[in-house]
Amino acid sequence: MPRAKDLLLQAVVLGLVAWGLLSLLAEARSRMAAQGIPFSFAFLSQEAGFSLSEGLTYAPGEGLRPFFPSDTYLQALLAGFLNTLKVALLGIFLATFLGLLVAAGRLSANPLARALAAGYVEVIRNTPLLLQLFVWYFAVLLKLPSWENALSWGGVLLSQRGLVLPQVGLGGGVLGLALGLFAGFFLRKRPLWALGALFLGVFLGWVLWGPPLVFAPPQKEAFGPRGGLLLSPEFAALLFGLVVYTAAFIAEVFRGAILAVPRGQWEAAYALGLEGRDAFRLIVLPQAVRIAVPPLANQYLNLAKNTSLGVAVGYPDLFSVYGTVANQSGRSLEAILLVMAVYLTLSLGISAAVNTYNRRVALRWRL
Amino acid sequence: MRLLKALFGTPGNALVSLLLLAFLGWLGQALLLWGLRAEWRVVGENLPYFFVGQLPKEHLPRVGGFLLFLALALLGWLGSLRVVRVPRPRLLSLLGLLGSLFLLPWPPTLWGGLLLSFLLSGVAMLLAFPLGVALAFGRQARLPVLRLIAIAFIEGVRGVPLVSLLFLAFVTVPLFLPEGVRLPQVVRALVAFTLFAAAYLAENVRGGLQAVPKGQWEAAFSLGLTPFQAVRYVILPQALRAVVPALVGQYIALFKDTSLVALIGILDLMGVARAVLANPQNVGLEREVYLFLALVYLLVSGSFSYLGRLLERGLGLGVR
Repeated sequence: MPRAKDLLLQAVVLGLVAWGLLSLLAEARSRMAAQGIPFSFAFLSQEAGFSLSEGLTYAPGEGLRPFFPSDTYLQALLAGFLNTLKVALLGIFLATFLGLLVAAGRLSANPLARALAAGYVEVIRNTPLLLQLFVWYFAVLLKLPSWENALSWGGVLLSQRGLVLPQVGLGGGVLGLALGLFAGFFLRKRPLWALGALFLGVFLGWVLWGPPLVFAPPQKEAFGPRGGLLLSPEFAALLFGLVVYTAAFIAEVFRGAILAVPRGQWEAAYALGLEGRDAFRLIVLPQAVRIAVPPLANQYLNLAKNTSLGVAVGYPDLFSVYGTVANQSGRSLEAILLVMAVYLTLSLGISAAVNTYNRRVALRWRL
Repeated sequence: MRLLKALFGTPGNALVSLLLLAFLGWLGQALLLWGLRAEWRVVGENLPYFFVGQLPKEHLPRVGGFLLFLALALLGWLGSLRVVRVPRPRLLSLLGLLGSLFLLPWPPTLWGGLLLSFLLSGVAMLLAFPLGVALAFGRQARLPVLRLIAIAFIEGVRGVPLVSLLFLAFVTVPLFLPEGVRLPQVVRALVAFTLFAAAYLAENVRGGLQAVPKGQWEAAFSLGLTPFQAVRYVILPQALRAVVPALVGQYIALFKDTSLVALIGILDLMGVARAVLANPQNVGLEREVYLFLALVYLLVSGSFSYLGRLLERGLGLGVR
C-alpha cells in the first residue's frame, strides 16, 4: 500500500522535472520560430549538395550504393552511420585480439615482454585518444611518401593516399583444407594426429587443386592502385587509433579477470592432476570469462562511442556527417537530437546483447 | 644471471626475447635519430602558451599563488586522512581551500592551455559532485518515479559520445538564455562536462553505496537518527571512502577528455597545439608538438594516479 506522502513526493518531483523540460523546449521553440527557422525535421528529405569521401548509402530501388551530392540529408546521415558501424565492428574485433596479446604479455614469465606490455598500457591509457588520433593521422599516415614513392611492405602499399592491402581469395586447394579440418575435428582427442590430418589435407589439396588461399597483391600504377583493398588515411587513422587505445583497456580487463580467479582454483586444479595448460584452459579461463564480460562490454561501448572522434581526422562517420549537415542546413538542434538518439539506440542495443549473454554465462547459485 | 635465465631459459622464451630486443633496438635507434634532427624550438618558443594560453602576464603571479594554495589544501586533506604526516591538517586544508578559491583565475575566459584543461576538469568535477550523489541515491530510491528519472538521466548521458553532449550544449544553451546574453564558449563546455561527469560519478557512488552493508542503515535508524542524519553521518562517509580510487580514476579520464574542447575551437592544451601547428612557421612539426603534448599528459595523469595509489594505501582500502 503506497503511502500518500510517497505519492505526493513523486508527483512533485515528476511535475518539477516535466515542467523544467517542457519550459526549456517551449522557450527553444519560440526562440527558433522568432528567428524564422521553426523546429522541424522536414529538412531531412532535402538535397544534401555535398559529397562524402567514402561510404555507401541506401537508395530505394538501387540498394546500397555510393553517396552522391544529389541524395538527401537523411541518406548522408545513413552513409555516416554505416561508416561508423564499419569502424566500430572492425575495431571491436581487432582490439579484442590485440588486447588478448597484450594481456598475455603482461602475465608472461618473460620479464621483457612484461615490461613492454606494461609500458604500452601506461602510455596509451594516460594520453587522450584525441591526441593519439592526431598522431596517427598527421604524424604517421600523412608523413608517408607520396603515391609515386609508395613503400611496399609484404604486399601492402603505403603512401599518403592510405594503405592498399592485398586481396585474399579462396583457391582450389581450400577443398583440401576443409577436408583436413574435418578429419582433424574427429581426431581432436589426439592433437598430433589431428595436426597430421590437417597437414595431409592441405598438402593433398595443394597438389591436386592448387594453393588454398590466393593473395592478390595490388599493382602500383601511375595514377593509383589496381586491385587490392584501399584503406583511406582517415579510415586507417581512426581504426588504428581506436584499436590501439581500446586494446590497452581490454588488456587490463583480461589481466584483472585472470588474476581475480582465486589462487585456490589453480591449486585445486593441480591437485586434481591437471597440468598448467589444462588447468588454465579448463578451470581458470571459464571463470575469468565470466568476470571479464561486463567490463569488456563497457570497453566495446566506449569504442563505439569514440568513433565519433572520426570528425577530428576527417573520416565521414555519423558525427562528422552531422557536422556538415548542421552547417549546410542550419538545423543543428534537430540534427544533433537525431544523431544522439542513434548513438543511444546503438549503446542500448550493445548493452542489451551483452546482458543477455551475461545472464547465460553468469554463475547460477543452486540452493 | 637470474634475469638471463628468465629471458633465455627455454627456446620459446629466448625467441620471444630476441624478437622483442630487436624491436626495442629498432625503435630506440629510430627515435634517437629523429630526436637529434627534430626542431625542438617549436616547443621552447611556445612554452608559456602551452601552459597558460593567452593569459595576460600580470595574472601569472595569481595563478602561481592559486596552485600553491591548492597544493596546500591537498596536503592538508591527505594529512587529515593520515596519508602523510603534517601538523594541523584541518587548518591547513581550510587555509588552502580559502586561498585557492580567492585566487582562482576568474572569469573562465582567461583560462587557456594546460591551466584550462586542469581547471575545466576540476571545476566540472566539483560541480558534478552534489548532482552525482543525488543521482546515485535516486537510482537506489524506493520510489519508482525517482528511480526512473535518475536511470533515464544516467543512461542517457552515458549512452551518447561526449562530443555530441558538447555540441548539444553549444547549440542549445544560447536558445535558453535571455536575448543579448552570451555565455562564453568555456562556460558552455563546462555545462556539458558537469552533466557528463555527474552521470559517471553517480555510477561510481552507487558502487560505494552498494558496498555499505544493510546493517549500517538499520543500526543508524535504531540509534534514532533521521534518514538524512543516517546518510550524512553513517552511510555517505563509508560509501565515499570506498570509491575514492574510482573517483581519482574518473578525474584522470575527465582531464584527458577535456582535450575534446579543441574540436570546438577552445584553446586548451590540445587547442593551443593545433593553433601553434597552424602557424605557417611551424608547418610539418606535428611530431615534435604531439610528442611534447603526450609527455605533458603522461606526467599529469601519472602524478594523479600516484596520488590515487597513496590515497588507497592511506585509506586502508582492501586491507581493513
